Amino acid sequence: MNAEYNFAYLDEQTKRMIRRALLKGVAIPGYQVPFASREMPMPYGWGTGGVQVTAACLTPKDTLKVIDQGADDTTNAVSIRKFFEKTAGVAVTEETREATVIQTRHRIPEQDLDETQILVYQVPIPEPLRFLEPRETETRKMHALEEYGLMHVKLYEDIARHGHIATSYAYPVKIEGRYVMDPSPIPKFDNPKMEMAALQLFGAGREQRIYAVPPYTQVVSLDFEDHPFERGGAQQPCGLCGAHDSYLDEVIMDDAGTRMFVCSDTDYCRARREAGHIGAMGVPNAEDAA
Amino acid sequence: MINIENVSKNFTLHNQNSVVIPVMQGANMLVQPGECVGLTGSSGAGKSTLMRMVYGNYLTQAGRIMVGDLDIVTALPRQILDLRRDTLGYVSQFLRVVPRVPTLDVVSEPMLAVGVTREVAHERARILLTKLRIPERLWSLSPLTFSGGEQQRVNIARGFAHEYPAMLLDEPTASLDIANRETVLSLIEDAKARGAAIIGIFHDEAARARVCDREVDVSIFTPKAA
Amino acid sequence: MTPLLQVTDISKYYGSRLGCRGVNFDLYPGEVLGIVGESGSGKSTLLNCLAGHQEPDSGAVIFDTRADGPKDTVTMSEPERRMLSRTDWAFVHQNARDGLRMGVSAGGNVGERLMAVGARHYGDIRGTAIDWLDKVEISDERTDDRPSQFSGGMQQRLQIARNLVTGPRLIFMDEPTGGLDVSVQARLLDLLRGLVRELGLSAIVVTHDLAVVRLLADRLMVMKDGHVIETGLTDQVLDDPQHGYTQLLVSSVLQV
Repeated sequence: MNAEYNFAYLDEQTKRMIRRALLKGVAIPGYQVPFASREMPMPYGWGTGGVQVTAACLTPKDTLKVIDQGADDTTNAVSIRKFFEKTAGVAVTEETREATVIQTRHRIPEQDLDETQILVYQVPIPEPLRFLEPRETETRKMHALEEYGLMHVKLYEDIARHGHIATSYAYPVKIEGRYVMDPSPIPKFDNPKMEMAALQLFGAGREQRIYAVPPYTQVVSLDFEDHPFERGGAQQPCGLCGAHDSYLDEVIMDDAGTRMFVCSDTDYCRARREAGHIGAMGVPNAEDAA
Repeated sequence: MINIENVSKNFTLHNQNSVVIPVMQGANMLVQPGECVGLTGSSGAGKSTLMRMVYGNYLTQAGRIMVGDLDIVTALPRQILDLRRDTLGYVSQFLRVVPRVPTLDVVSEPMLAVGVTREVAHERARILLTKLRIPERLWSLSPLTFSGGEQQRVNIARGFAHEYPAMLLDEPTASLDIANRETVLSLIEDAKARGAAIIGIFHDEAARARVCDREVDVSIFTPKAA
Repeated sequence: MTPLLQVTDISKYYGSRLGCRGVNFDLYPGEVLGIVGESGSGKSTLLNCLAGHQEPDSGAVIFDTRADGPKDTVTMSEPERRMLSRTDWAFVHQNARDGLRMGVSAGGNVGERLMAVGARHYGDIRGTAIDWLDKVEISDERTDDRPSQFSGGMQQRLQIARNLVTGPRLIFMDEPTGGLDVSVQARLLDLLRGLVRELGLSAIVVTHDLAVVRLLADRLMVMKDGHVIETGLTDQVLDDPQHGYTQLLVSSVLQV
């Protein structure tokens, strides 16, 4: 850890301010708590909200995992992991099971999380109604008065236009039967996982909002009686590990357009392969083929 | 029953030095159910004025106008509206309608207003329009495009669509040929037969003689010049 | 019979400038009240105060609610008033853009109020929306089109359908035919009259057009400089105006 920085970069007062916001968020699941987002050494849109929440939660004994679209080895995941190694000196890991704090962009790990873990989401636009109702004054009132008809109008429009609800990510959910929330741009495939044992925290740096879903909280994806929520899923198993139940990425193999589908969650795929599962295009115990 | 008691009216023209024009004073008239009273008097004597006062279209400055149990002079607007819908019919000289509404609907409207179903209303409207010799091909058109005589007949059809216990008829036979005038007069006789109290203005003496039981010359109510 | 709306002594000032003052009237079920006046008369201020869009400085607007009987909507809590304006009240704006979601389909616009009060069956919502579009003479082929693709008259009719779908008992209208072609106005007026009669609606219509008010309103209030200067049956106020300003107004109408 670099001694020039306070632990996890942020000063203690800022961390306390963020923790107060987090406590409010936990007390009112799904409610967007405004907070004074700080200048971070990365631009808006690169996870500053998630980073601030993680920074406020980390203790020296934590083990941190950072994923981006399920992968530990993309540029963003690597940068943020290195950032915390430098400023907090905490242990880092790629194994979901080993981590105590997991910061994620746009995916929930396939591996079930437990009560000792915290999942921190990076959120671009926290307001689920934003694109239907641009006025912040109005959306705040709508949340306060539980006026969510407009949310269903969006789903209605989808069905009218496409025959089914076309929203495939950032699919709106209702928390504990009260607040409608944007779960961040995770695929709707991940929505059912949001009813979990771990604490889920959401940070939007540019929009300056924090919200939370405590463990074992009811999370219901919005739908219609005659068009119930469908999580979707792959039509085929992972090419590397053969998993049928994980979210897959499509990978183009060559200029001819040959493609394979592999688990988006790299750690999950690796663990399955280590355990002996082999997919159609996989090689025993090999690293990523693509 | 219509009872006009000691009624007076004047007009105040504020934009012409607030000149006050008294047009009626001490008017009295009683019309029994089944009776038709004809208003006479020269043009400008106040025939239409009196009729409009009974309808509530003009304000009355003094006196009482009883239509059934309601005194028009002191009634609330709401009460007059109810009266006009259920009890008091008025056939004016001019056809006033919403543009582009078909004739059949124009004639049906008073019936719909009292709760008659659309089918029944349309059926009765057809009967009336047929009686008044409005060709069927015109029923789906707006009457505003019709000739003066045709408009008058649509006006009458509308006026007689609902069986009002009291009716005010302002020149109902004007601009009608003999056949149609005959039809209108028999409509009036039917109304009298069912007990309606009617006040009418007829320029045509023969028509007046036929349906009116009495005549009242309204010029006796005109205030004498100062 | 209890009045549907009892308005007592409504006043609204903009700083020291008078919006409207001392307005009193009752409105009964099935009645249409017209409010006319020229620009600056205070009629729009009054309408906004009645409909809860603005808060009056004094006075009461007592509405006979379904659940709790007569209640003063001025002192009602905001959530209650917002609920009222989505269910038992309707507001037709002069400019359809203010009363519609231009980025949402016609069906979605009509269905929104239903979804806002808990409807969760897509098929039923769509069916009801199509019924209402039919009532306002919008072809069901246009159900999925956006209002931005509609003519002005159609947008106004869509606004009416959107408002009436929850069966309100009181409808506020601000220049409902303003800006529409004359030919379109006529059909809209007839539609409004039919709906008022069929559904037993009460309506308060603000307009500067005397011809519209004669055809639409049973009773009339004439406003000038923030005050009501004359009130009565529409035909009586227009045919036998008592106040000097009303006489001026009536005599100024151009003949066609």
